[in-house]
Amino acid sequence: MSSFRRDKKEEEDTGGNIFQNLDKTALLQEARYFNSTPVNPRKCVQILTKIIYLLNQGEKLTTQEATDIFFATTKLFQSKDVVLRRLVYLCIKELSSMAQDVIIVTSSLTKDMTGKEDLYRAAAIRALCSITDSTMLQAIERYMKQAIVDKNPAVSSAALVSALHLSATVPELVRRWVNDAQEAIMSDNAMVSYHALAVVAGARKNDRLSTVKLVTKLSRSPLRSPFALCLLVRYAAKLAEEDQTEASEPYLEFIECCLRHKSEIVVYEAAHAIVNLRKSARDLAQAVSVLQIFCGSSKATLRLAGARTLAKLTTKHPNAVAACAVDLENLISDPNRSVATLAVTTLLATGAESSIDRLMKQISTFMSEISDEFKIVVVRAIRRLCTKYPRKHQSLASFLAGMLRDEGGVQYKTAIADAIIALIEENPDAKETGLAHLCEFIEDCEHTSLAVRILYVLGREGPKARQPSRYIRYIYNRVILESGPVRAAAVSAVARFGATCEDLLPNISVLLARCQLDDDDEVRDRAIFFSAILNSNDPQLISDYITNVPTPNPVLLEKALHDHLRLNPDKPFNILSVPSSEPTKEPEEAPVQIETRKQPVVSLEELYSEQLKVVPGIEKLGPPFKTCKAIDLTEPETEYRVRCVKHIFARHLILQFECLNTLSDQLLEKVRVRLESAPGYKILCEVPCEQLPYDKQGSVFCLLEFPRGPIETLGTFGATLEFSVRDCDPTTGLPDGGDGYSDTYPLEEVDVGCAEQFRAHVAPDDWEASWERAASAAEASDTFVLSQSDINEAASAVCDHLGLPKAAISGDAVKEIRGGGLWREGTPMLVRARLVASQGSVTMKLTARSPREDVATLLLAAVG
Amino acid sequence: MVHTNLEGSLFEPTLYIVKGMCILDNEGNRILAKYYDKDILPTPKEQKAFEKNLFNKTHRANAEIIMLDGLTCVYKSNVDLFFYVMGSSHENELLLQSVLNSLYESVSILLRRNVEKRVLMDNLDAVMLAFDEICDGGVILDSDPSSIVGRAALRGEDVPLGEQTVVQVMQRVNDLFWEIFKN
Repeated sequence: MSSFRRDKKEEEDTGGNIFQNLDKTALLQEARYFNSTPVNPRKCVQILTKIIYLLNQGEKLTTQEATDIFFATTKLFQSKDVVLRRLVYLCIKELSSMAQDVIIVTSSLTKDMTGKEDLYRAAAIRALCSITDSTMLQAIERYMKQAIVDKNPAVSSAALVSALHLSATVPELVRRWVNDAQEAIMSDNAMVSYHALAVVAGARKNDRLSTVKLVTKLSRSPLRSPFALCLLVRYAAKLAEEDQTEASEPYLEFIECCLRHKSEIVVYEAAHAIVNLRKSARDLAQAVSVLQIFCGSSKATLRLAGARTLAKLTTKHPNAVAACAVDLENLISDPNRSVATLAVTTLLATGAESSIDRLMKQISTFMSEISDEFKIVVVRAIRRLCTKYPRKHQSLASFLAGMLRDEGGVQYKTAIADAIIALIEENPDAKETGLAHLCEFIEDCEHTSLAVRILYVLGREGPKARQPSRYIRYIYNRVILESGPVRAAAVSAVARFGATCEDLLPNISVLLARCQLDDDDEVRDRAIFFSAILNSNDPQLISDYITNVPTPNPVLLEKALHDHLRLNPDKPFNILSVPSSEPTKEPEEAPVQIETRKQPVVSLEELYSEQLKVVPGIEKLGPPFKTCKAIDLTEPETEYRVRCVKHIFARHLILQFECLNTLSDQLLEKVRVRLESAPGYKILCEVPCEQLPYDKQGSVFCLLEFPRGPIETLGTFGATLEFSVRDCDPTTGLPDGGDGYSDTYPLEEVDVGCAEQFRAHVAPDDWEASWERAASAAEASDTFVLSQSDINEAASAVCDHLGLPKAAISGDAVKEIRGGGLWREGTPMLVRARLVASQGSVTMKLTARSPREDVATLLLAAVG
Repeated sequence: MVHTNLEGSLFEPTLYIVKGMCILDNEGNRILAKYYDKDILPTPKEQKAFEKNLFNKTHRANAEIIMLDGLTCVYKSNVDLFFYVMGSSHENELLLQSVLNSLYESVSILLRRNVEKRVLMDNLDAVMLAFDEICDGGVILDSDPSSIVGRAALRGEDVPLGEQTVVQVMQRVNDLFWEIFKN
């Protein structure tokens, strides 16, 4: 008895867990027990459970091990034990992807799925369909059709769901079962009707007309299953979205009907669809009131669903959301933090300027209770608020600064710093206070990367402030107190003050001299470098190496350096040939969201560099100078869609034609583009697209050499798409036997202008000085009368022509456009345009300066 | 196979709604877990990392629902067990909630309302079958707990511990002892 007690105790200790410390090899041994006859169900169940448990824990089996277990398992078909049989099915499904020759159990499973035992049938169908392939399926097709209309709902559901899985691989086979599935939609069982609807609608998804018929028919005869109704609402909503005319009205009426359904799932589904479909605020009223009720629910999921959907409305109908302000304010103290954060951000996005202060007060109590990621969401919302209400910058900035002082991880701090930096950049009034907050923050900042960033911003913005000397103390403190990287960044920042503020230069020189004794190599190097440049007193040097240093795109720089080392390691590397990194644009994001995930910003050049590798000899062209945005060469709704992307290299041009075949019954082969070359261009080679199946994008490349003289580069290429067509089966995509016939398709012309060949940027701050310095360079100047009558339109058209951003425009009555840039071969240029409106037309005087006269003339020729 | 369009704002008309289901213990260890979308958390390593993260974010706050790594996760806990159902963040949350409810309710019936780790481990085979009956490859197969249990709890002779005779208990304990001993 005492031993029994001890056993019992041990069992307690391990939590009665026979599954702890399972060992794969031991278990493989145990699986041999399956071979013994007669089968002991109880013991086998236990071993099988252990095997499935082990697989579920993520244990990897080799193909041999999996096959061994699989074959041992098949022996268990001898036993009639229900649990054991069901576990065998489960095990077959788990192992089917790992073991070999799994189709060996097909006959056993087929026997079970057609047998009398209902408990076997449903599960056997699902197991069978997970191991079978299309050839075997033909043999069981008859049974599947019977099973779909079986009286037992479990069997019917199992067959329908299996059919749905199979439709991904063998759609044409499943399409033959649609009639049976159609019958099953009207089943009394909720799940059967749900699954059947999906099978029927899935088989018709490319046939709009029959989808319309199906939805119209079912929306009249109410489905009982809430799940099926949800699915029907989705199909109806999709139809309504595709067809924005009056004809979509019945679908919307049906969806509105569903708002009164007794199941919350359906009500929410309908409300969500309406919020996304309805255009006018009046039509939304019903759905919004339903969502309002959700917000007051006792269930967190319902509150989140309501708040999330309302939040989505903020961009389209802020007024409709503003009406729910009371409900949302109640949610600020919600125990579910996702809900609370959503409510706060939504309120911030819709609130009026007057209510901001009150909201901020409420938020400050709430901020200490939420996790970092939610705080980041709130910070982003505040940042948008700064843009929306620039006059509120004082209170918003102090709120952000307050958060900066609180505890938090590096991501949270970065988000706040980002918000303050954005505020400084956008709002001149906020600059001084923002910089002061940042200065205070770096006094006590433990994150190196963040400190470096802030020092960079101080170096860039500080010298422009009213009293630059204030910031030097903060920056120099870093040199004394911080680690190597921060000290180096501080040295760079100090040097920028020296470059911009002449009265501070003597002091800066002393500081830099002290830094030359630093322990860290990088800090010393920088200090010596900057001292030398500052002491040279050459404004051009100072501008090129301290104030206006281009920052190359790191990914492309790495690639260019690799290519350079491989091809001509002896020559010096020209860093200017690498495209500089664009100022990162904020990706357009939904104004309110609860998750803090950021898509990485990838430049066009990086995006295409992989695709361009197919062009022979690409590595000899050097790094890409610029990749232009794709231009459509066809109308949007045509059979073949072609877009042209121009890749500019120093002396070469690659035209990439991205082609899309929208005809499901055609396969295009040997697709090429015939170019009628502009004079002076030489076509070097061409990479055709061998096959262009339906709905898969393919690319044709043409490599051209630019003409010598810059002026001759302006030109237009005629383009025609040439290909041979083979008819094919729209469902399988396999071509018919015939050879096909060749065909052509006219494309719009491709222009090569001026904007493509320049990497232009807005005038730097010391533009006047650089313009004066360039006075000795070649200058081209001319006066034009522009076709536009409105001066604003004219100015933006000129910007488009020169490839300058709109921010280059300044002035009111007399518009002035100032910008600079780099020509593809590396020649810098500066351009200035003055536009005056007089008597219904706009006159422009355009002046370009560049060391090469022909480049300057090119700029003028492009406009003329 | 599963197409989730995050750009479009309408819900996608698909049956592939459940991206994953799992049951964790009170230390965040996996007891059972299934992931149904090849593109979401494809390797056991990523899955376990996700589960740890999920557990850390949810085990103290009893808040029913959380958005994590692009997934909507609804959850429910009892004693030392945590039940989770995951779906796309662009999915009807209430559908996921109903899957969670049927999972929890089925397990609860299977365990005769003793929803705790020890009892669950003793009935792991039935719970595995229930998992399989609730969701097939991401498609909700059944949502009615009584019919799920009807197809998962098949052992007629299984008598609850309290109603077993002393001999039966001894026999079972003995079986278990040999099991452990042999391992």
